[in-house]
Amino acid sequence: MNEVTGNEIIHQYLRHNKKFPHVLCAGCGHGIVLGSLIRSVHSLDIPKDDVVIVAGIGCSGRLAVYVDFNTIHTTHGRALTFATGIKMSNPKLKVICIMGDGDALSIGGNHLIHAARRNIGVTALILNNNIYGMTGGQSSPATPSGSTSMTAPFGQLEESFDTVSLGQGAGANYVARGTVFHVQKLERLMCEAITKPGFNMLEVLTPCHTQYGRKNKFKGPVDMYKWLKKTAVPVERYQEMKEEQRGDRIPIGVFTDKGNPGLEERYFGLKKELLAKQQAAEGK
Amino acid sequence: MAKKKKGQSKVTVYPDWCKGCGVCVSFCPAKVLELDETGKCHVAREDDCIHCGFCELHCPDFAIVVTDKKPKDEQA
Repeated sequence: MNEVTGNEIIHQYLRHNKKFPHVLCAGCGHGIVLGSLIRSVHSLDIPKDDVVIVAGIGCSGRLAVYVDFNTIHTTHGRALTFATGIKMSNPKLKVICIMGDGDALSIGGNHLIHAARRNIGVTALILNNNIYGMTGGQSSPATPSGSTSMTAPFGQLEESFDTVSLGQGAGANYVARGTVFHVQKLERLMCEAITKPGFNMLEVLTPCHTQYGRKNKFKGPVDMYKWLKKTAVPVERYQEMKEEQRGDRIPIGVFTDKGNPGLEERYFGLKKELLAKQQAAEGK
Repeated sequence: MAKKKKGQSKVTVYPDWCKGCGVCVSFCPAKVLELDETGKCHVAREDDCIHCGFCELHCPDFAIVVTDKKPKDEQA
């Protein structure tokens, strides 16, 4: 392994012919997620050529542009379908899908639940910033009830999705949640989500100050990080808390870890079995 | 990352990459960093750095690098 540490590693993995600093706003958590992803891949010693980053549309879609892995920038919400195809055609690759909350839960919600049901060996990173940031701050399925946005100036009436329960209900193999404030924990979760078999879902809470924070009484990006620090509690502690203590607290950590083999493993196993049977029948 | 005593770390900020979000400045436990008149981060008190790595991990623009002051072979 290389001897470099911290951000020096990240600079080795960036495409320096792209325009830097990146397009994301000041204080956007997506950059931190990208950094954690690079550090996780580096610590797992996976070669650059064995990693495929599939990204959808939105702020999170820009992350695929900046890293020197195999990358594909796909259509809105369909990142998981492209990832499924890549994984089935070459199961040796580590396919990591980067999606935003609108991308994964609303426009690609259908693909998300079916990818989880199929248990295809893809890592889905859902970057939840509570809003459609790039298109101008419309309410997304993850916008909390009561918060204001461009399309809900008097407060959002609809309830928001709980991504973790959605993943668990759809049958995902590994479901976890992290925040960009708790970076070291996020890196541990990301390493697990990349290495475990089957469909692994990791929701990352990242603040969007430009579109969400400004309309919800956060003075600056720093306030949003402070809010994350205050609201996120480890899931073990959250379960011990009483109902009235919980309030707006958000549990982070690992929620489901089944460890079942992925679809591609079972598919190629079946193929091998059937071929052996056919050869045995022909031999007779 | 093991915590180190003060005065052993070198903090480098790339001003071209910094967007001045202020996350590093407000969370730094030793108050090493400050925003300058252009709104970007600069190193004000490098000797106070305890090498916790917070700024390096939390900089969304990869603009901060914290390294040891002396090369590794000299320390040993």
